[in-house]
Amino acid sequence: MNTTPVAGAADFALVAPEIFLLCAACAILLIDLWLPQRLRQVTYLLSLVALVVSAVLVAGLPGERMTAFGGTWISDPVAKLLKLVTCGTVAAVFLYSRDYLLARGLFRGEYFVLGLFATLGIFVMVSSGSLLTMYMGIELLALSQYALVAFDRDSPVAAESAMKYFVLGAIASGALLYGISIIYGVTGTFDLDELAAGLDGSAATNVGLLFGLAFLMAGIAFKFGAVPFHMWVPDVYHGAPTSVTLFLGAAPKLAYFALALRVLAEGLGSAVQAWQDMLIVLAVLSLVVGNLVAVAQTNLKRMLAYSTISNVGFILLGILAGTPDGYRAALFYVVTYVIMAVGSFAMIVALSRRGFEADRIDDFRGLAQKSPWFAWMMLFLMVSTAGVPPFVGFFAKLYVLQAIVDVGFVWLAGVAVLFSVVGAFYYLRIVKVMFFDEPAPGLAVSASGSFRFLLSVNALAVLALGLFSGALLDAINRALP
Amino acid sequence: MEKIYLAILLAPLFASIVAGLFGKWVGRAGAHTVTILGVAVSFALSVYVFNHHVLQGQPAFDGAVYTWLETDGLTLEIGFLVDQLTVLMMLVVTFVSLMVHVYTIGYMHDDDGYQRFFSYISLFTFSMLLLVMSNNFLQLFVGWELVGLVSYLLIGFWYKRPTAIFANMKAFLVNRVGDFGFILGIAGVYYFTDSLRYSDAFAAAPAIADVYFHLFSTNTTENALTIICVGLFIGAMGKSAQVPLHVWLPDSMEGPTPISALIHAATMVTAGIFMVARMSPMFEYSETTLTFILVIGATTALFMGFLGLVNNDIKRVVAYSTLSQLGYMTVALGASAYAAGVFHLMTHAFFKALLFLAAGSVIIAMHHEQDMRRMGGLRKYLPITYWTCLIGALALIGFPGFSGFFSKDGLIEAVAESTIPGAGYALFAVMAGVFVTALYTFRMVFMTFHGKERMDEHTREHLHESPWVVTLPLVLLAIPSIFIGWFTIGPVLFGDYFRDVIFVLPQHDVLAKLGEQWHGPAAFVLHGVQAPVFWLAAAGVATAWFLYLKRPDIPDAIQARTRGLNRLLENKYYFDWFNENYLAAGARAFGRIFWKGGDRMLIDGALVDGSARVVGWLAGVIRHVQSGYLYHYAFAMIIGLAALLAYLLVRT
Amino acid sequence: MSSLATIGGPVGLPHFLVLAGILFAIAVAGIFLNRKNVILILMCIELMLLAVNFNFVAFSRWLGDLDGQVFVFFILTVAAAESAIGLAILVVLFRERKSINVENLDTMRG
Repeated sequence: MNTTPVAGAADFALVAPEIFLLCAACAILLIDLWLPQRLRQVTYLLSLVALVVSAVLVAGLPGERMTAFGGTWISDPVAKLLKLVTCGTVAAVFLYSRDYLLARGLFRGEYFVLGLFATLGIFVMVSSGSLLTMYMGIELLALSQYALVAFDRDSPVAAESAMKYFVLGAIASGALLYGISIIYGVTGTFDLDELAAGLDGSAATNVGLLFGLAFLMAGIAFKFGAVPFHMWVPDVYHGAPTSVTLFLGAAPKLAYFALALRVLAEGLGSAVQAWQDMLIVLAVLSLVVGNLVAVAQTNLKRMLAYSTISNVGFILLGILAGTPDGYRAALFYVVTYVIMAVGSFAMIVALSRRGFEADRIDDFRGLAQKSPWFAWMMLFLMVSTAGVPPFVGFFAKLYVLQAIVDVGFVWLAGVAVLFSVVGAFYYLRIVKVMFFDEPAPGLAVSASGSFRFLLSVNALAVLALGLFSGALLDAINRALP
Repeated sequence: MEKIYLAILLAPLFASIVAGLFGKWVGRAGAHTVTILGVAVSFALSVYVFNHHVLQGQPAFDGAVYTWLETDGLTLEIGFLVDQLTVLMMLVVTFVSLMVHVYTIGYMHDDDGYQRFFSYISLFTFSMLLLVMSNNFLQLFVGWELVGLVSYLLIGFWYKRPTAIFANMKAFLVNRVGDFGFILGIAGVYYFTDSLRYSDAFAAAPAIADVYFHLFSTNTTENALTIICVGLFIGAMGKSAQVPLHVWLPDSMEGPTPISALIHAATMVTAGIFMVARMSPMFEYSETTLTFILVIGATTALFMGFLGLVNNDIKRVVAYSTLSQLGYMTVALGASAYAAGVFHLMTHAFFKALLFLAAGSVIIAMHHEQDMRRMGGLRKYLPITYWTCLIGALALIGFPGFSGFFSKDGLIEAVAESTIPGAGYALFAVMAGVFVTALYTFRMVFMTFHGKERMDEHTREHLHESPWVVTLPLVLLAIPSIFIGWFTIGPVLFGDYFRDVIFVLPQHDVLAKLGEQWHGPAAFVLHGVQAPVFWLAAAGVATAWFLYLKRPDIPDAIQARTRGLNRLLENKYYFDWFNENYLAAGARAFGRIFWKGGDRMLIDGALVDGSARVVGWLAGVIRHVQSGYLYHYAFAMIIGLAALLAYLLVRT
Repeated sequence: MSSLATIGGPVGLPHFLVLAGILFAIAVAGIFLNRKNVILILMCIELMLLAVNFNFVAFSRWLGDLDGQVFVFFILTVAAAESAIGLAILVVLFRERKSINVENLDTMRG
């Protein structure tokens, strides 16, 4: 360690948002205990306030790269961007969830407190400067997510999916830890900067390191949900209450991107040859399996789960390019994907009632006649996810493809395009069902005003970001120079 | 200034969105208030920009305001090129549009689609401004297509009329033909310059003019610039309705009259003229293209005028007159007298919009009767309409002193000076056209406003002058129709208004030659009265008077004698017949072959359904891996981990 | 640095690594071979984490670097939290299903 071992005020200044979020989450947990059920809204509002304040604190962080606590903590522009997007996403998720939870008697403080702890986990992962910090963040996020999935105690499917998620997640973190221990043994450090400094071009042929890397990769792939570590994704997305699926499907992806960026790109950058090959296999399998199996789904949540897997394939493509352009493309992709995923899951929430989850594709039949505006919003989201210009999803795919073509993987781009075409089929099927089928017996969208407004903004953002993709691109270029 | 340009552009768009999407909430009054305000803002700011660039002489603005997309050398951006030409077009577009907005309040008073109509015309104003203010080909193309779209929507505005639907489909399809050439031209520009900016294309034009390549066969070589320019001009032919892509314009009269005035007379159809003038630094280097333009324009100018002689629908007469006048402008472009073309564009925008709106006023008074054989003697019922229409007619035929005289006379003299191949034919066509123009114009005036009252009793009882929202725009348009030529001919045609904007090679510069004899507008008028052009026009008016007022029996007799010629004219030279029976039918036959053989069997059968079946089958198989059992899932992960480790073995 | 050749000699790093590897493998195998009892799975998970801890401690001692042992404390803490959550989920599951049989966890598939 080359920095002073004693933590100073400067160190604490850099973790101010996290400290605040931790204190706020604990305080809300305690306050919630003493609140009568009729005042439960207070918990909800306090949680939103906590997110806003953390976002403000994050915005106040310095714009350049700084480290704290002996290099275990990194504060840099990309962390700042990811944290801000996380705050926005989680706040949107809370807002979307409120009606859903109220209608099902699930409007309890745990949901919000666990959400805040998960957010804290994301923050920690995003800013990790060492494998130890990273591990703490991963577990904080994962444990919160296990609990969230099981949070509807009266749902048998939720309990089942929570169990599957928990067990598989534990195996993954076991593998991850085993990989970390081997890498520690080979290099003698957890610090990512020291790791990067200690490795040279021979890293890609260092057997011990590669042995550890393989385990590490299994852990990372599980978190992303890349094939063949994806088995939990459909079951968990399907079994969890939709408001929880909303959470799982969105913000954590940002953290997993940070995990890959910090550990693979920054820490093990000199072993790029090795992890690139592994990622190629994972990415191709994800694209193939995700897109193919999604076609056969009748449940929209499961379909979106497989769609997530295929999109993860794209994110991995960006990362495996191993160039700054590739990382930027992956970051662009992950940010836009999060926006689209939140919107898509929110549409399911919007249609659902107590006792009617609206998560079958058939439930969207003829939506255009019942709620034309929201049918159009869903169309925007689906078409964007399918990657049709001028929606932002197109640009996300374009930048990733460009990045991998630039490093010579033309065939990979070909595979990605081919399976995007397969993917377009099931996204457009939703559109077809909404606009051309006879209306289903279900009901029209009847969400609250703020929900409708946010959902409209969310869906229109997909179009606006596509038309003005330069703005987002600029932000990303600044974050990852 | 960028903010002001943006405001000019976006004010109508905003108004259009408000009137279109929130029409139910803002109501009728809200819709016309907001759109008129939007266009008024644009007009006022355009005046400000005119003052800034022209009167104060600030340099032109050329720059991007937003970069949309940047990939490997291709930059797609939104930018403005604001110079004297742009400012002129902006003024014309926003002024005419403003007049039409006001007029529409009266014309569309009883229509159910009131808000929709206002939304469309505001959207049109936005699109047209986007087109003229562009500094790159992409934005030009977007504006070009947007005006086409709005034109399509407006021709079919009364979508329950089968004829309107037929007409808008026709306009759409014919414009596709033009756009095909246009997009090829743009692609050519990009191919040779690696840029879509005007400035880059103009700078590269002389170099491209020296590039020859084999396009059709290895035995012939084509000049690259000629290919590009002809492609661009084919686009202009579609939009500006030049023979043989003119067939959509007469049918477009199915739309409401205000848009006939705004889109199909004053602005959109002149987009092609504007575009060629804007691209003068490219067209100048391709003499072949100039000849092509000259011949097409001259043909349109003369032969479309003839069609005006046999039509009895008041709007269609004006429409054919528009075609003929567009031909005049095109001739000017071909003769390298771009300034004359743009000048005629401007004066024509005023007096032709005036004529259309006057025709519309007549149509309102006649309860949507458009056949001139059932009119006559309307002068005393519609005095304001009559006088303004007469002003428009005099301007159209080029009566000395009126705006049309300056532009048309200047144009004809420029053609007379031109030495480009084809100029002789063009000169003959435009001279003969003067006579024809005067004849059909005054045939229309006499049949409508003079002579016997041929309408039925019921209509006659209800004849009265239109409301002020209709007559006010007429009066406001009549003013520039008379006077604008006086003030502008000097600087625009012979002065340096267009210096650095329009580029003309010295050997083509016919306007400079004319400029040597320029002694001010008064001398020009005096000279004009002695020139044959004036006497041709006078002869036309006299003939019209004789045939349609003095001896109305003669035209029928002539028609009876010249049955063959008459049939040719009534069938509009058989263009539509040819298109429908050969081009459209042939295309349909081809389509059927490809549809049955290629699409149904090969693509649908083998590729689409086949691949869909394979995907469906694969999906069904793979999903069984997802068995639901936890230990299978764990096992899959272990297999994955083992595979990663195995890869390690292979690698080292 | 020691090498695998010292396996026959005094107890050294390789012995620990091999032991940890064997424990890890047993744990992983236990998870997917066991088809009856969820509690066994939870135990296997604990075992897996302990195997990793072995690795860390052994490397830490061998490298003469305390960081690895610090990591172990963190892992122990996290493992405790993880068990708590795992057992909580198990309780919920049992209340709903009246069974903790792994084979019954198959309502969602495809």
